[in-house]
Amino acid sequence: MNIKKRNTIYSLVAIALFLAFLYWLDANRLKQGMMISVLQKGAILALVAVAMNLLNGFTGLFSLGQAGFMSIGAYTTAILIIPVKSLDGVYYMNGVHPAIMSLRVMMAESPPFLQSLYPFIALLLGGIIAAVAALLVGLAVLRLKSDYLAIATLGLSEIVRAIFSSPQFDQITNGSYGLNKIPNFPSMLWGLIPSLVTPFIITGVCVAFIVLLINSSYGRAFKAIREDEIAAEAMGISLYKHKEMSFVISSFFSAIAGGMLAMYMRSIEAKTFSIMLTYDILLIVVIGGIGSITGSVVSAFLVTAAKEWWLRFFDRPLTLFGMEVPLFRTGFRMVIFSILLMIVVLIYRRGLFGTNEFSWDAVRRRLGRRGKEARS
Amino acid sequence: MSMSTILQHCLTGISLGGAYALIAIGYTLVYGILRLINFAHGEIFMMAGYFMIFSLASFPWPIAIVITVVVTTLMGVIIERVAYKPLREAPRMSIMISAIGVSFLLQNLSTYLFTAIPRGYPEIPFLKRIFRVGDVSASFVTILTPVLTIVLVMVLMGLINRTKTGMAMRAVSKDFETAKLMGININRIISVTFAIGSFLAAVGSILYFTDRMSVTPFSGTLPGLKCFVAAVFGGIGNIPGAVVGGFFIGIVETLLVALGYSTFSDAFTFLLLIVMLLVRPTGLFGEKTVEKV
Amino acid sequence: MSNILLFTEHLTMQFGGVVAVDDLNIKIPTGEITALIGPNGAGKTTAFNVITGGYQPTNGRVTFDGEVIAENCPRAKMKRIYNGSYKEPYTHTVVNKPDMITRLGMARTFQNIRLFKDLSVFENVLIAKHCHIKAGLLGATFRLNRAEEKEMAADAHDLLERVGLWESRNEKASSLPYGKQRRLEIARALATGPRLLLLDEPAAGMNPKETEELSQFIVEIKDSFALTIFLIEHHMNLVMDISDSIYVLDYGKTIAWGTPFEVQNNEAVIRAYLGVDEQ
Repeated sequence: MNIKKRNTIYSLVAIALFLAFLYWLDANRLKQGMMISVLQKGAILALVAVAMNLLNGFTGLFSLGQAGFMSIGAYTTAILIIPVKSLDGVYYMNGVHPAIMSLRVMMAESPPFLQSLYPFIALLLGGIIAAVAALLVGLAVLRLKSDYLAIATLGLSEIVRAIFSSPQFDQITNGSYGLNKIPNFPSMLWGLIPSLVTPFIITGVCVAFIVLLINSSYGRAFKAIREDEIAAEAMGISLYKHKEMSFVISSFFSAIAGGMLAMYMRSIEAKTFSIMLTYDILLIVVIGGIGSITGSVVSAFLVTAAKEWWLRFFDRPLTLFGMEVPLFRTGFRMVIFSILLMIVVLIYRRGLFGTNEFSWDAVRRRLGRRGKEARS
Repeated sequence: MSMSTILQHCLTGISLGGAYALIAIGYTLVYGILRLINFAHGEIFMMAGYFMIFSLASFPWPIAIVITVVVTTLMGVIIERVAYKPLREAPRMSIMISAIGVSFLLQNLSTYLFTAIPRGYPEIPFLKRIFRVGDVSASFVTILTPVLTIVLVMVLMGLINRTKTGMAMRAVSKDFETAKLMGININRIISVTFAIGSFLAAVGSILYFTDRMSVTPFSGTLPGLKCFVAAVFGGIGNIPGAVVGGFFIGIVETLLVALGYSTFSDAFTFLLLIVMLLVRPTGLFGEKTVEKV
Repeated sequence: MSNILLFTEHLTMQFGGVVAVDDLNIKIPTGEITALIGPNGAGKTTAFNVITGGYQPTNGRVTFDGEVIAENCPRAKMKRIYNGSYKEPYTHTVVNKPDMITRLGMARTFQNIRLFKDLSVFENVLIAKHCHIKAGLLGATFRLNRAEEKEMAADAHDLLERVGLWESRNEKASSLPYGKQRRLEIARALATGPRLLLLDEPAAGMNPKETEELSQFIVEIKDSFALTIFLIEHHMNLVMDISDSIYVLDYGKTIAWGTPFEVQNNEAVIRAYLGVDEQ
């Protein structure tokens, strides 16, 4: 019990420090723009990565449909939170669907208390719709072998994208023009938690749920399915039921992340949710370690920071000692990333964390060793 | 729509189908041998397009065609050696992720090297000569494509059924382990398979892009996926099936676009995939396999 | 006259042109050890697979504890799928997936060990307890079922102690030596709380001493867990030692059945299989 208590205290302290850091960032919003945007995007991608890991890494279902579910969440959220007065402007070509307009007007007339909750309800609703879609889709595709499941989910993601950008649904999704004027993150608890901190809280809560799930009996059942389906079935685990559970939950959280992405980017279009986005998430999961939640979270932040921030310099011409270094121009950092991914896939196959999770004991052991070396 | 318009569209469809068929063969061959969906195949097709653009800029067209085909074939073989061979013993997911990684790399590499702005595909004069029969007109390449496809497929089937290498390929696709034990040089056979697939993809790419204006780094994604669906439709591992699948999808896609449902033409192909996987996963001509416990 | 826990009627399994199991009619009495022997490829594992729901039989019926768990008749005019309910003979198709059958009280081990390789010994056994969990997904996630979890863990602990694997509980299943892996397979199957345990070649790859220990072990667990055992084996010493009755298969057909003594002296069996007594 002592060790558990100590670890819990460590965790609480770490969380408190992180929150304090976030509040400091909030106070210095203007100067820390880059840091804030990288951390927020990292948090959003961390959630999708964990959701993808749940499905691919823990249950062994190779699904490439994340972008599709994210787009469901993104569009649902956007449609529900774009300010009513901007709606006509956003849907400037064909006008917004009357049902949506009346729903939004009705929402705008509800008491302010309810209004502050709407963004969260929108996120939840996006998640629920995605979950239902996953349930239905799962009926069809979860019976397929892993290779086929990958392509089928990829195809489904593209079908969703086609639907969202098709002119036939212009009045709902605004077709290929996409949606803009999406408001940023809402603040929570009447301003106690500033809007900047909100995505981290949401991601934190969602990831906590997934961690609890993984460590429960159902999580073990998922892992059994990953290890050996036939043996799992022989041990009484209903393959179909559990695969559906994993699929639905993964899609639910992917959609919530999608909704958060809409709030982060302020404008979305179907192109945002292409196959490349799923590949980006896959890259994060692989680098972090398939089967490690800690890995996915850490990798999401690292990869995002590297992509958006640290490696930017690869994309700009570099002059050393008066000579221009040949390779550096736009697009180089993505090439570096792709090579990094291949290196992880081919050589460092376990990724950063393998299947290990974070533990304070491991940290202490690491620091202890260094301390001992320093003393001797 | 008038009869001649329908015929016109059919002709276009058959031509597109021929290109798709050639690419689909690449998927089906690789899947038959390695049980791997070569996600990077579409990108090989796309790179062939770029190779052609650059070769034609410096060489006359016969030499340019040869260069493109040879370089693409080499690229396919190298990709297999570097990205797939090390993972042959690894779990299935790893090798698929590697294929996705290669696809990702090639797309980013192309964006970096050639930028995302569409590059004009150069014209090979004799291919674009227009022939006219009544109201229907077509460029030479439109007519050449299905013919060339059939010829190449027949040559390929001859290779598979009548040569030692072909027999070895069939053995490997039936039972990987036993083929190894029987003294078949697995590495050589796999390289040959990838070489053939990439060769056909290069030819298909020339035929495909000649009728289009331009190439972008993302030109290979959708055709790649569609051709995989074609391979599944015909029965994955079955070459004539892949050809039939390619033509089928090419024709339907062209008709859908002609009818005004262009956004849904892509969606249709994926819908077809889902339906196939549910109703008849072994495809039109595939064989059933039972897993032993 | 003991109760018959499981019996098959005209059970046939055909794959294309190959009849793997031909008109199998076996009776497994409760509390006894029944063995299924025969040359390689005789159809023994296929019979196991059909009985445990891995395949739908081409013909015939399987009844477990009074309930029809698998039934098929190609001539059936009506094909409706029930999950374990019994109607008139051979007019309906009854299909149960392996997980259903396990939950009804039948567990099996595999010829080629199928442990959850990357998971720990403890997790392997704990997973087998999941099939009887009462809590739903949300309940389990929010830890509303602590008592149930404790019970499952305690059961797993007991089982591992019983098979002597408690010390290795945190090791990865794949890192165990072969003999211990086999024991873990059995422990895992036991964790599902079965009444009928099907063992597919449990002594495969063992030397005579290990086989002897396994014989004792099987009899022990049969008594302490009140099991009925159905066993496929090639090690004749083990079979003759502990079986109460034996069925002999050859090319899918049953060529003999009876007590060990009867089977040993059966001409057809000697001709087809036993050959020279290797004791």
